[in-house]
Parts: sequence; structure tokens; C-alpha cells
Amino acid sequence: MSAVLVLAEVPALPLNEAGKYVAAAYIVLVIIILIYVSIMAIRLSRIERELGELLELSGAPKPEPEPAALAAHQESTPA
Amino acid sequence: MYGKGLRSLSIVTVAAMALALSLVFFYAPLEAEQGFLQKIFYIHVPLAIIALCGFVVGALFAIAHLRTRDSSWDMRSYVTIHMSLIFAVGALITGSIWAKGSWGHWWVWNEPTLVSFLIVFLLYATYQPLRFAIEDPERQSRYASVFAITAGAFVPMNFIAVRLSTAYLHPRVLGGTSNLPGSMRLTFMVSLAAVTLLFVTMCKYELTAKHTRAQVRALRRRLVGEDGSPARRGRTAVPAMGTQAAGRSGL
Repeated sequence: MSAVLVLAEVPALPLNEAGKYVAAAYIVLVIIILIYVSIMAIRLSRIERELGELLELSGAPKPEPEPAALAAHQESTPA
Repeated sequence: MYGKGLRSLSIVTVAAMALALSLVFFYAPLEAEQGFLQKIFYIHVPLAIIALCGFVVGALFAIAHLRTRDSSWDMRSYVTIHMSLIFAVGALITGSIWAKGSWGHWWVWNEPTLVSFLIVFLLYATYQPLRFAIEDPERQSRYASVFAITAGAFVPMNFIAVRLSTAYLHPRVLGGTSNLPGSMRLTFMVSLAAVTLLFVTMCKYELTAKHTRAQVRALRRRLVGEDGSPARRGRTAVPAMGTQAAGRSGL
């Protein structure tokens, strides 16, 4: 509470005015990271699709799901 | 492999970012003149410093590429410069927001630090078009390395020239004129370390993704018999990466 009071009193710019600039600056950083993660997700899905195509071309059987994922699937499936 | 240690590096980066943000908002005192607005400093300055350092590191990788002719160095140079450009955009945007709050203007053209940073940014903005303009992968990587070295040498020269100039509207952060109190300095150093880790992590992600894609393409060539000639590869700014070269250690 005291920290909020200090923040409200000390700045040369009022907090409601300075706050929006600070928030905007940090939101820019978050947006940059989010855009990057989105691009990486798109790339990952593309690589996954290509690998699936190559698996089909090679004639290899589709890989079995990992035991942990299989157990989770069985638990979530109603009897 | 480029992906080695990526998981632990990611965890350390997230922890460092969380620590830095905690210090910024709950530990660092309010600056007497600018108050709460000065909190932008802890993100803007590290972004700018890391972007400039990234350009120099890209030049060092380019030197290694020209010395060894190993395409993996060209890929490292490309990714480092690419990531530095993204960080430079972040520095420009956060700087403009800070300038608007502090000076009342989004941009001040007679301030040497701002204009010199913009010049460096615009210089490197031509790196991708340069690569894209050259279709032959070998020539493309060679020309791009020469560009990276020349532009990389320009970065410290530019920095020194601005430091030597007399008009000091933009505050100095590091060096003898710095008057940051201990708590602010600690917060700044942690923020700088966190942004550095973020940069390295993003570079490693990028390299791992490109390496994986190169491996998938090599596998496709082996299975389908597609040739890997430049004509088949098409025009692209991304360096050609042999799977053997790609298999070497990461950033």
C-alpha cells in the first residue's frame, strides 16, 4: 500500500500518464516474443507435416505414441 | 547439434527475465526526475546494447566463415544479424515511447545517439535484400560475409563517434559519467543479463529450426531424389546449409 502511495506521489509525470508509456514499452517486448513464438510454432508444424510425408514415402510404419501419452489418453477416455 | 542445452537455457532465460522484471518493478527506486517513466530504461537500453553487440558478433562469425569457408558460420552470422535486427526494432520502439513520455516527441532528429542508431539499423536492414538479390549460394554467403564485416566494423566506430560528440541530450548509461545508484545499477545489470540470455536463446532456437529443416530437406532428397541445386532451391535469403556442416556444435 505504501509502495503504491510512493509511486503515486514521487514521479515527475503523474503515474496515470507515465504508467501508460511504461506499459506500452514492456508490451512491445512481450509482443516481439509472442510473434517470434508464433513464427516458430508455424515452422514446427510445417516440419512435422514434412516429416509425416517423408515417413509415408519411406513406407515405414507410423511411430507408436509414447507410453506416457498413451496412458494419459486411456485415462481421459471414458470406460 | 544446435539444440543441445536449449531446454536448460530456456528455463534459465525465463527465470532471468522474471527476476529482472521483479527487480525493475519492486526493487529499483524511482528516479528523481522522471519517476516511474524511467522504468523503460531497464528494457530499452539492454535491447539497444544487445542489438549492437549482436551486429558485431555477426561480423566475427562472418570472419570465421571467410577464413574456413564453413557454411555453418555463415548461418550463425545470418541468424545473429537477423535477431539483432529484431532487437533493434524493439529498442527503436521502446526508445520512441520513452522519448514521447520524457521529451514530448516520438523522435528527436538533432540527437546523435538516436540518429546514429537509426543509421546502423537502416544499414543492416539492407542485409536481407542483399542476400536475396544473389541467387548463387556460394556467392551470396561470401558477399553477405563481406557486408557483415564492413558493417560490423562501422558499429563500434559509430558508437565512439557519438561518444566523442559534444551534444549530450541522451543520457549516458555506462562509463565514467554514469551516476546510477547501486540498486539501479544492479537492476540494470540483471536486465542486461536477461536480455542477453533471451538473445542467445532465440538465436539457438532459430539455428535449431533451420538445421532441422535442412535435415528434413536432405532426407527428402535422399528419399525422393530431388536435387539440391541452386535452381531447385530457388531464390532465398537464407544461407544454404549442408547437413554435415549443420551437425557441428551450436552458437
